Amino acid sequence: MSADSPLTPTQSEDLRAIAAVIIPASAEFDVPGADDPAIQADMVATLGRDTGLVREALDELAHLAGTPLAGLDPACREAVAVELRAKGGAAVATLTRVVLQSYYRDDRVVRSLGLEPRPPYPKGYVLEDGDWSLLDAVRARPPLWRRA
Amino acid sequence: MNDPVDVLVIGAGASGAAVAWSLAETKMHIVCLEQGGWMNPATYPSTGRDWEARAFGDYSPSPNIRARPEDYPINDANSPIKVVNFNGVGGGTVMYTAHFPRLHPSDFRVRSLDGAADDWPIDYDALVPFFEENDRMMGVSGLAGDPGVPPRNPPMPPLPLGRSGTMLGKAMNRLGWHWWPSDTTVATVDYDGRARCINLGHCTPACAQGAKASTDITYWPVAQRAGVELRPHCRVREITTNEHGMAAGVVYYDADGIEQFQAAHVIVLACNGVGTPRLLLNSASGRFPNGLANSSGLVGKNLMFHPYAQVYGYVDEATDSNRAPPTCLWSKEFYETDASRGFVRGYTFQFGRGVGPVVEAVASEAKGLLPWGAGHHAAFRRLNGHRLGLSAICEDLPEEHNRVTLDPVLKDSHGIPAPRIDYTIGENTARMMGHGIARAKEILAAAEATDICVNSPILYGGWHLLGTARMGADPARSVVNEWGRSHDVKNLFIVDGSLFVTSGGVNPTSTIQALALYIADQMKQRLANLFD
Repeated sequence: MSADSPLTPTQSEDLRAIAAVIIPASAEFDVPGADDPAIQADMVATLGRDTGLVREALDELAHLAGTPLAGLDPACREAVAVELRAKGGAAVATLTRVVLQSYYRDDRVVRSLGLEPRPPYPKGYVLEDGDWSLLDAVRARPPLWRRA
Repeated sequence: MNDPVDVLVIGAGASGAAVAWSLAETKMHIVCLEQGGWMNPATYPSTGRDWEARAFGDYSPSPNIRARPEDYPINDANSPIKVVNFNGVGGGTVMYTAHFPRLHPSDFRVRSLDGAADDWPIDYDALVPFFEENDRMMGVSGLAGDPGVPPRNPPMPPLPLGRSGTMLGKAMNRLGWHWWPSDTTVATVDYDGRARCINLGHCTPACAQGAKASTDITYWPVAQRAGVELRPHCRVREITTNEHGMAAGVVYYDADGIEQFQAAHVIVLACNGVGTPRLLLNSASGRFPNGLANSSGLVGKNLMFHPYAQVYGYVDEATDSNRAPPTCLWSKEFYETDASRGFVRGYTFQFGRGVGPVVEAVASEAKGLLPWGAGHHAAFRRLNGHRLGLSAICEDLPEEHNRVTLDPVLKDSHGIPAPRIDYTIGENTARMMGHGIARAKEILAAAEATDICVNSPILYGGWHLLGTARMGADPARSVVNEWGRSHDVKNLFIVDGSLFVTSGGVNPTSTIQALALYIADQMKQRLANLFD
C-alpha cells in the first residue's frame, strides 16, 4: 500500500480489472468502463469503511485466479469473475457496490442517462401534478374503515 | 451534582419532543437528555454527489452499519428483520419516509373485534384532539375525503400524484381497489417557517431543504423558546430509585464522557421500543432485580416491527424515480379483517415513486436483473427510472417470545450493555405477507410492469419499534397504565412506541406523537395528585 492508497498495487490493478469486467466501456452508449482512471480514483479515494471487505474480495479474486487477475487474458478474467459472482457473500457484494456507486455518479455516465450531474440540493426537481380525476372513482366508495 | 429538575425527558425524538413541548406550558423546569447531537442540514446526503452512497455508510438506517459515536450497537443476529433507527435531536424523524397515517379505530379494539391479542385501554376518539394538534405542529400534507380512513383535515394540500402516482392510480382503478394520496409530513407549501418541498427526492436520510418535518425543526425550537432545556450528547446509563420505590434521577455520561447524576421529580422515557426496555433493564437494582417497572415481566416482550413485504417491477414509461419524495399513495383495501383471507387484521399498501441510479444498479445487480459485462448498459437503461413499487405494511401481533433483552457481551462506547433482539415472524403475519405479495403482483400486472422482484421481509426494515412496555389497566399484563404511568414506579412515564398494545398496519409516528401529547395532557390534568 502507498501512503495515498488503502490498497496494494496488485489489489489496485485487480480492482481496475474486475471493474472493467463488471462494467466495460461502450461505444454504443458513449460511456467509459468502470476501469476509467477518474472513476477508479474516486473508487479508491472513497473506499472508507468498505476497505476491509473490498480487500477481502480482491484477495478472494486473486485466489480464484491463481494469479493477479490483471495478468490474465480477457476470457480468463471473465471466467474468474463469473466464479466470484457465483460465490457471493458480503465481501463480493461490497466490492460490486463500490464499483457501481462510483460508476453511476461519474459526470459522463450520469449525462449519458439523461440526468444532470449534480446533487439534488439545492436545485431540486419538478414533480408533475398528475391526473386528479382518477380519484373520482375512489371518492364514490362508502367508508372502508370499521367503526369501533 | 446537578440541581433537581421537575421533569426529565430521556430522548429528543418524535415522542420526547412532543411531550416536552406540551408540558412546557406548566412552567415546570424541564430538561431533556439526548444521546445524539443537533443535526446540520448543510451536511445531509442530498447536498453532495455521493448522496446515494452515504445510505450505505454514515447515513445507513442501521445503527450497526452507521456506527456514529451517537449510536449504540444492537445484536439483531437472531431476527430476520434488522433494527433501524436514528440517534440525534429529532431521533427517528430525521431519518423516516414521512409517511404519516394514523392507526384506525379498529386497531384499539383488536380483541373485541377480531378475537386476537388485546384491546388498548384507550380508544381512537381519545386521541383525535392530539392527532389534530400533532398534525398542526409537524405540518401534515394530505387530502381530506378519503373513504379509507376516519375524517381528518390535513393543514396542507397533498403532494402531487406525479407520473408514478398516476400510473399506480390507474392500475388500482382497473382493479377497483382503494387508493389515496398519502398523508405526509413533507410541506407542500411554506409552513410555519419551513420552506416547501422542492423534490430533492432523497427524503428518508434527512431533508436538506427542511421541508420534511423532523422534531428538531418543529417541536424543539418552540419547546426551547418556552423554557425546556435540551442537553445533547448526554447518554443515560440507568434510572436510580429511592427508598420509597420512586425514581430518583438518572446517571448519564455528558458530552465530555463525564459521569453525571441528574435528580428529577418526574422521569419520562422516550427512547423508542428498543431503547426504552434497554434502559429499564439496565436499571435493575436490589429493589427492582428484574429491571425497573418490570413486576409484570413484560418489559422488552411483545416486540412488534411491522414486517414489510416489498414488491416492485419495471414499466416502459418513465416514473418519477428519485426526483420526488418517495411517499406517494396508500391503499386501505386490505386493512380491515376479512376472515376469508385466512388471517386476521390487515395491512396498508405504501406506494413509492422509484429510486436513484446507484440504488437501482446495486439492487438490480443483486437481483440478477443487471448483468456484468457486455449487456450491462442496455439492461441498466431499461431499468433505471422505470421502477414502480409498493410495500405491504403488515400488522404484527404481540408475541412474548419476540423480545428485547440485554446482550451479555455487546456494549456501547460507554460500556453500557447493548440490546439483543430475538424475533420471528408469526404465522398470522406470514399469511398476511403472502396475501400482500400476491395482491401487489396483481397491481403491478395491472400497471403492465414486468421483471417483478420481491423483498419479504425487507431485511433492514425494522423501523417501527413497538410494544415492549405496553399500556393497560391490569398491572399483571402491562407495564404502564392507561395514561402512560408505570404501574410500579409512580413518577416514571413512558411515551414512545413501547406503549403500543397492538401495532396496527401503518407507520406509527403519528400515533406515537398523539399518544405522547395525550399522556402529557393527562399529566397536566393530574398535577396535584400525579403520584396517587
